[in-house]
Amino acid sequence: MTTLAENATAEPATSERTAALAERLRAAVGTERVLTDRTQVRTYECDGLANFKVTPAIVVLAESRQHVVDTVRLCSEAGVPFVARGSGTGLSGGALPRADGVLLVLSRLRSLGPVDPDNRQVTVEPGVINLWVTRDAAPHDLAYAPDPSSQLVCSIGGNVAENAGGAHCLKYGFTVNHVLGAEVVLPDGEVVHLGGRAPEHPGYDLLGAFIGSEGTLGVATELTLRLVRVPEEVQTMLVGYRSVEDAAGTVSDIIGAGILPAAVEMMDALAIEAAEAAVSCGYPEGAVAVLVIELDGPRVEVEAQFKQVEEIAQRRNAFEVRIAADAEERALMWKGRKSAFAAVGRISPSYFVQDGVIPRTKLPEVLAEMKRMADAKGLRVANVFHAGDGNLHPLVLFDDAVEGQAHEAEELAGDILELCITSGGSITGEHGVGQEKRMKMGKQFTPEDLDTMQLVRCAFDPDGIANPGKVFPTPRLCGERPGVRKGEHPVQAAGLGEVF
Amino acid sequence: MTTATDTRRPGGADDAVGGVVPGEVVRPASTEQVAEVLRAAAAAGHTVVPVGGRTKTTWAAPPTSADLLLDLTGLDRIVEHVAGDLTVVAEAGVRLADLQASVGQAGQLLGLDPPEQGATLGGVVSANASGPRRLRYGTTRDLLIGITVVLADGTVAHAGGKVVKNVAGYDLGKLFTGAHGTLGVATSTTWRLHPVPPARRVVTLDLPDVAAAGSLAIALGRSTLTPTAVELIGTAGGAGRLVVLFESIAESVSDQARSAVALLGGGTESADLPADFGARPGGADDVLLRLAFAPAALSSVLGALPAGAAVAAHAGTGVCHAAVPAGEVAAVLPALRSALAPHDGTAVVLRAPDAVRDRLDHWGPVGDALDLMRRVKDRFDPERRMSPGRFVGGL
Ligand SMILES: Cc1cc2nc3c(=O)[nH]c(=O)nc-3n(C[C@H](O)[C@H](O)[C@H](O)COP(=O)(O)OP(=O)(O)OC[C@H]3O[C@@H](n4cnc5c(N)ncnc54)[C@H](O)[C@@H]3O)c2cc1C
Repeated sequence: MTTLAENATAEPATSERTAALAERLRAAVGTERVLTDRTQVRTYECDGLANFKVTPAIVVLAESRQHVVDTVRLCSEAGVPFVARGSGTGLSGGALPRADGVLLVLSRLRSLGPVDPDNRQVTVEPGVINLWVTRDAAPHDLAYAPDPSSQLVCSIGGNVAENAGGAHCLKYGFTVNHVLGAEVVLPDGEVVHLGGRAPEHPGYDLLGAFIGSEGTLGVATELTLRLVRVPEEVQTMLVGYRSVEDAAGTVSDIIGAGILPAAVEMMDALAIEAAEAAVSCGYPEGAVAVLVIELDGPRVEVEAQFKQVEEIAQRRNAFEVRIAADAEERALMWKGRKSAFAAVGRISPSYFVQDGVIPRTKLPEVLAEMKRMADAKGLRVANVFHAGDGNLHPLVLFDDAVEGQAHEAEELAGDILELCITSGGSITGEHGVGQEKRMKMGKQFTPEDLDTMQLVRCAFDPDGIANPGKVFPTPRLCGERPGVRKGEHPVQAAGLGEVF
Repeated sequence: MTTATDTRRPGGADDAVGGVVPGEVVRPASTEQVAEVLRAAAAAGHTVVPVGGRTKTTWAAPPTSADLLLDLTGLDRIVEHVAGDLTVVAEAGVRLADLQASVGQAGQLLGLDPPEQGATLGGVVSANASGPRRLRYGTTRDLLIGITVVLADGTVAHAGGKVVKNVAGYDLGKLFTGAHGTLGVATSTTWRLHPVPPARRVVTLDLPDVAAAGSLAIALGRSTLTPTAVELIGTAGGAGRLVVLFESIAESVSDQARSAVALLGGGTESADLPADFGARPGGADDVLLRLAFAPAALSSVLGALPAGAAVAAHAGTGVCHAAVPAGEVAAVLPALRSALAPHDGTAVVLRAPDAVRDRLDHWGPVGDALDLMRRVKDRFDPERRMSPGRFVGGL
């Protein structure tokens, strides 16, 4: 991948400040858990978005909540920024280190459970891998609903920070709908408990604000998750179409019929070609688009609605409808979809993954416009997306070896996001803003919107040391801790507001 | 063009919030007018209490001051309903019932069913009000996808958007949910909708002892049945009814109702819901409590309530409403709160008669994040002029 980051590969800051901090960290959490050796810390120079790379000054491998508290407190005292990291699979550069800061790795905090089947809950440490939760819940016929495609490797802490989604969000909701409580180490080292095991608590929903805050409000050290009952019946179909419009029309008709599928995923011809090359998933030959549609719930309901969906697909000119006969066939249908990102590597040396969202009803026109934009630049865009909720993952393909193509591709990826915004959508549906899209925040939000979000930031992190430089376009100072203002209000003094 | 100022009038006894009569009442008609009103209030240092349908003016703690009552019922437009996207944008003063009627024409619903008649969207958000169907649809935090707010200084800000899936920026909608107007004023809300299920079937089981509801709710929760609601209606220490609601296609609801009768070991099936389904228990002389706890603790929670208290529990969700006679509440609350604590439970006073309201600790223990909540409040409303005193920790 090319290096496009404005801060590219930064040298670690060997300032006296970080050197002194490393000493204190070693004393607090143990020498073996503090890395400063250049080759060692370099392992952590990027997350899943490999075109941004920064070598951190210090890496701390925390193994307990106390290690996190000590690390954060020492950072706070020294005024040194820290970045939390889970499994490092993020796709927006959220866990990109700071050259002048500490990378706090949480993947060793892996205690899980026990599962509480009566409350349908489980409490885990942040380094626990997403899929492990469902694995441990399965003997109780329970599951953890959020299922990002990266679920074999991504951590619950990272999921919470990104408010991760997955194919089954359409029916079950996102991470935020499945996290009941969090223990959080605030950026000054104070430990607070947000939410808990009960469905609600008096006070502000700070848990709701924390989830999806991308590591900028503190570090989660424990999470209580809601589990769902495994449904009685699951049925999956793979449908092939000769036009994207028909595939999109099918999705609209399903929703219009009052059916809420567990998942509706779409892939276009290029994405299918890639998946085929990588995992031989055997998708319908000659398809311009395929849908993977899954229904789950009580058996009679699923059976009746599945038939209805099949009829809808036929009416929308599906040329092939394949129904999974068993779990194995279902897994194969999903394999093509879930491996699509990596698979694109088979048909293109490099690519950018985007994560824009549009209102579902705008799918056909946005896809057509995207194609036009790509053609104009002579680039190819593969589309893999959560069609049910309008979350697109356009993969902009390019070749580093071709002079200037990376730049063109980056521009196109940016233009696609702006298309999502002007279509009434969002620049990110599940991957987060991180480092990558922060400059686009000003296109989706007004300065007042961003200033208001900053109020939350300042309440949690007045010194701005938790993952600074991410999410928001410009780093802001919080100023004095607010107190009661005396005397005339400036608006009044300026004659802009009347006394009422 | 009328301005908000034209609607100003002195406050009267009918305008009281928690027994506090506001100095003035103003009824703006748009977000811009709300901003204009709040800028002026900021300049004058006035305290402001926003209200919608006024169904919850006796909820929460009374304000310590109310110079200005901000009546939001003038913001009453359903701005945009895109049926194909299952989303709707509506101003804060729109009544929930009117919204339901409107989106209902397209066979859709907003999955919130608090019983208060006349409640507005802004009020539902600010009080985080919910009803029986939260078992299926969740609460405001699960359904609100975008919000427009006006802060104490008149700043207008938006968060979220019009799409169901969106993780750009902090989710201010969550922060304003249940904040009782202490962080600013919600003026517009955007929601995720659901299709109206075509059929309904109800199973009602009489319980000689309400405590039996606890294990039945657990059994239902561990089964593959997908009820929309499981309501317990009865009396602590006495008898009650468990009402299990199925809403789906006809084949499914009849099949599930049959299975539910088998699983519960009895019950009668019907097409209609009982009249008291979802109603808050007790009367005007009672103190209405809202208990929230780890869901499996329902039986112990019922056991901790004073015998004879009317209860209505959203069984399986960990929420139970209870009505305690006003004279007993001061004695009951501390013991109840200690009994709830092992289940991560809390008891808040939703509604209290005038005579006892000022003497109650409405919110109870808040936990170790109270200081952080204060810091949030200080950032949003540094002069503490928005609904002062109504919320936890005197916020
Ligand atoms: C092939 C592939 C497929 C993917 N598919 C999906 C998908 O379907 N849906 C989806 O949502 N995402 C998907 N992702 C993106 C990624 O897996 C998710 O964002 C995931 O939630 C990141 O988890 P992580 O443990 O790797 O976090 P990291 O990348 O390590 O960190 C992500 C962010 O979380 C913060 N963070 C990590 N731990 C904590 C903590 N304990 N406390 C506070 N902040 C913390 C970091 O600072 C950073 O900002 C995919 C990624 C890949 C590579």
